Amino acid sequence: MGKYIVKRFIMMIATILIIASLTFVLMHLIPGSPFDGERTTNPTIQANLEKFYKLDQPLHIQYLSYLKSIVTFDFGPSIKKPNESVNELLARGFPISFELGMATILVALLSGIILGTIASLRHNGLVDYFAMTFAVVGISVPNFVLATLLIQQLAVKWDLLPAATWSSPLHMILPIIALATGPTAIIARLTRSSMLEVLTQDYIKMARAKGLSPARIIVRHALRNALMPVVTILGTMLAGILTGTFVIERIFAIPGMGKYFVESINNRDYPVIMGTTVFYSAFLVFMLFIVDIAYGLLDPRIKLHRKEGDA
Amino acid sequence: MNKHQLDHAKEQIKERMDEVDKSLPVGTSVMQKNRKKTKKVRSDIKVLQVNNLQVSFRTYGGEVEAVRGVSFNLHQGETLAIVGESGCGKSVTSNAIMGLIPQPAGIIKNGSVLFKGKELTSMSKSQLRKIQGVDISMIFQDPMTALNPTLTIGEQLTEGLRTHKRVSKQEAKQKAIEMLELVGIPNPTERLKQFPHQFSGGMRQRIVIAIALICEPELLIADEPTTALDVTIQAQILELFEEIQQKTNISIILITHDLGVVAKIADRIAVMYAGKIVEIGDKRAIFYTPEHPYTKGLLNSVPRLDLVGEELQPIEGTPPDLFSPPKGCPFTARCPYAMEVCEHVYPFTKAISESHAVDCWLQDERAKALQELS
Amino acid sequence: MTNSQEVASPQHVKDEWFRPLPKGHVNAESVVRPSLSYWKDAWRRLRKNKLAMGGLIFLVLLMLFAIFGPIFSPYSVIATDYPNQNQSPSAAHWFGTDEAGRDVFTRTWYGARISIFVGVMAALIDFFIGIIYGGISGYKGGRTDSIMMRIVEVLYGLPHLLVVILLMVIMGASLTTIIVALTVTGWVGMARIVRGQVLQIKNYEFVTASKSFGAKSSRIIRKNLLPNTMGPIIVQMTLTVPSAIFAEAFLSFLGLGIAAPFASWGVMANDALPVILSGHWWRLFFPALFISLTMFAFNVLGDGLQDALDPKLRR
Repeated sequence: MGKYIVKRFIMMIATILIIASLTFVLMHLIPGSPFDGERTTNPTIQANLEKFYKLDQPLHIQYLSYLKSIVTFDFGPSIKKPNESVNELLARGFPISFELGMATILVALLSGIILGTIASLRHNGLVDYFAMTFAVVGISVPNFVLATLLIQQLAVKWDLLPAATWSSPLHMILPIIALATGPTAIIARLTRSSMLEVLTQDYIKMARAKGLSPARIIVRHALRNALMPVVTILGTMLAGILTGTFVIERIFAIPGMGKYFVESINNRDYPVIMGTTVFYSAFLVFMLFIVDIAYGLLDPRIKLHRKEGDA
Repeated sequence: MNKHQLDHAKEQIKERMDEVDKSLPVGTSVMQKNRKKTKKVRSDIKVLQVNNLQVSFRTYGGEVEAVRGVSFNLHQGETLAIVGESGCGKSVTSNAIMGLIPQPAGIIKNGSVLFKGKELTSMSKSQLRKIQGVDISMIFQDPMTALNPTLTIGEQLTEGLRTHKRVSKQEAKQKAIEMLELVGIPNPTERLKQFPHQFSGGMRQRIVIAIALICEPELLIADEPTTALDVTIQAQILELFEEIQQKTNISIILITHDLGVVAKIADRIAVMYAGKIVEIGDKRAIFYTPEHPYTKGLLNSVPRLDLVGEELQPIEGTPPDLFSPPKGCPFTARCPYAMEVCEHVYPFTKAISESHAVDCWLQDERAKALQELS
Repeated sequence: MTNSQEVASPQHVKDEWFRPLPKGHVNAESVVRPSLSYWKDAWRRLRKNKLAMGGLIFLVLLMLFAIFGPIFSPYSVIATDYPNQNQSPSAAHWFGTDEAGRDVFTRTWYGARISIFVGVMAALIDFFIGIIYGGISGYKGGRTDSIMMRIVEVLYGLPHLLVVILLMVIMGASLTTIIVALTVTGWVGMARIVRGQVLQIKNYEFVTASKSFGAKSSRIIRKNLLPNTMGPIIVQMTLTVPSAIFAEAFLSFLGLGIAAPFASWGVMANDALPVILSGHWWRLFFPALFISLTMFAFNVLGDGLQDALDPKLRR
């Protein structure tokens, strides 16, 4: 296990380094300087930027100082917002986005697993058919379409729920539904197919031959094994939810990081784009690392050997 | 139809009926002679009576008649081996006895399974659960997949016990340690905390056996228990079966296609073909005086030390498609002695001796006359 | 044994039936059902799957409309017609018009071209890179494989859409850059699948068996390797298309789509967002509907193919 954690940790660092370097290279590929005078109107900001990025120095010094600033979580100033640094934006926006993301993944996990399990137990039955139809529809409808539909129907037409901002639990319902439907569908499908496979395993037959109750067989023997694949996709799913927040926050006017990020894209506010990308990437890679460790803890076999690249 | 034929047919029916009644009587002189070498004395108690069991599966391609009327009895302390090629219905038979026919695809169409006088086929699932694992246990073919990879051996051993009997955690653990000792696993106390992947295949099969025996069942169904194991491990596991049977007087149904295994531990043998038992009898009878051409074929396709130099004879062809089973004898197409009658009518059961019966037209007087002619 | 078989009563057992069958009676071959070729069998099973076939038919129709729709439309995709702005669906404008008076019907089919083009190109490029990279990695094995797979593992951990956004910001939004950005990150999944398949199949006993029978290697590839490897790869391609279409819509929604007068579904949806509350529902409805339907069609087709092409499920 120790060796496994170390290996994963090294991979994580490598991935973050690659993203950081990629960001650096890409920013320098922009014709001229990304922080040209024409992009900012404010000479103080211009000066701040050049100082922060050491634009007068040779490239490798720039790179090293850039890496150093990332390690110390300092992403420099914004172009468009004078007197505001990327760090301040992150500190303001990220907690809200984090809340949205976590609530979404919890909702998706809970409902997806329940739906998938029921569907697998009623294989080819009505419930199964319904659940899988929902799942395919859920995967097919982009979240921004769902979000606007929800606003139009539930918020505007029927006035059931508030349509915008993030000020109370009631305000959170629509954005969470909009964001969680896709992941719920994916988890439900995965849980179902994984359950169907596990249910044919000999050890389930053996558990039945022991005369155990169906509830015990499903929870203790089947689900525990069937949820392994669900754990493995949590990482990638989190990435999807995170990029989903960009869209959802914009539609629901939620003052999270995603909103600032989209604004910065439209304004070509490069430091904010760079900072957010690196920060979010590091965050995601870290979550992937956590998921991997969790998987290792859940599956006793992983201590001895790890299945390689069985995509 | 002349009188002679009619009489003959009546006789046959009577024979069949008698046989169902007596169903290979026990304690006869023949049997005792045969069993002299072992200390076992067969009990009169019938643990299991299977009567005309028919099991079908609904599939996309249609209905598969997997088991087409199987009857046999099993006595206390006896080992009955059910042998046959894969797909002949032997595993389905054992699953049906155990109440493990996959729902809703599988249906028990007909017949009865009496366990100590109680009808199993009509029991509700919750009633069945009080028998599964307690009175009847099952061992599966592949020990690598029969154990849950995410639970410790201890948990898997004790959960059946804790479900069925009022025992404390500590008592269950103690019992689990005893069981592991019984099946020959060293350091049982430490091993309880380990996971299946930390054991070798042979060890895992021992654990599976321990799990099956922990509630002290009266009937053990072993579905190909040694097929997935190395030859040396196979021998050890078979010895373990014999040892356990001597200690506990448990009845065993052994499903296998390995005649070596059968020769070692079976008392009686039932040969299955295409969902039917085509020949059943005492081990010696089946091995030394097989009557059904299929049984003969099976024996000829296995190397034997006492027949060095004889060529092995594979049975040609493949078993029939059970989507549309033939109305006559299913072995006709592969049988070197096939007659026209075999294609038309399934043969009546003929009792060769009190401990030996066969379904084959060759036993018919008319066929015998034919053989003498040619 | 049997005691209540629907055996004919003994009277029916005629004496004359007791004669041996001719020597050649062993016709065990006749019970074997005719074996179909892998692709025919897969097609037969796919055809049985109504949902997947529905998806396939929808996609074919969509392609036809995407190709011919704009040609037969009397309206231009880009020319503005301000007097007729924001009209609701009517006989003249089936899907209504947008804020510049452009016909939404025409633009929807034009958007279909863009979206499908992006999706198909992304899937094809992924396929080529993936098959080369994964093929080499799986075929060579050993050190090469483990190094190549380390690289893939690291790339797999990258948050793809973030990288795509970064690339788009730098390269500027255009059709080419969308496809490039999507494939830069997208090939990794395909490479993993190809490599897994190649590894698995390399060791299959039946390959060894074919070799020992002296089969030509071209025959091994055609008869054994291809059918067994292509299944998951085709499925992966089918599923890449909708995810690329989704990514394009997503990027357009962030303001990184193709430039103004032209339309993709994502751009149209994005443009419609500010006016959705003023009641111009058709502006969002039609592009959103077609994105959803297309994704749905590809997803059910992918699922159907997965079932149809899995050799283990053959019956």
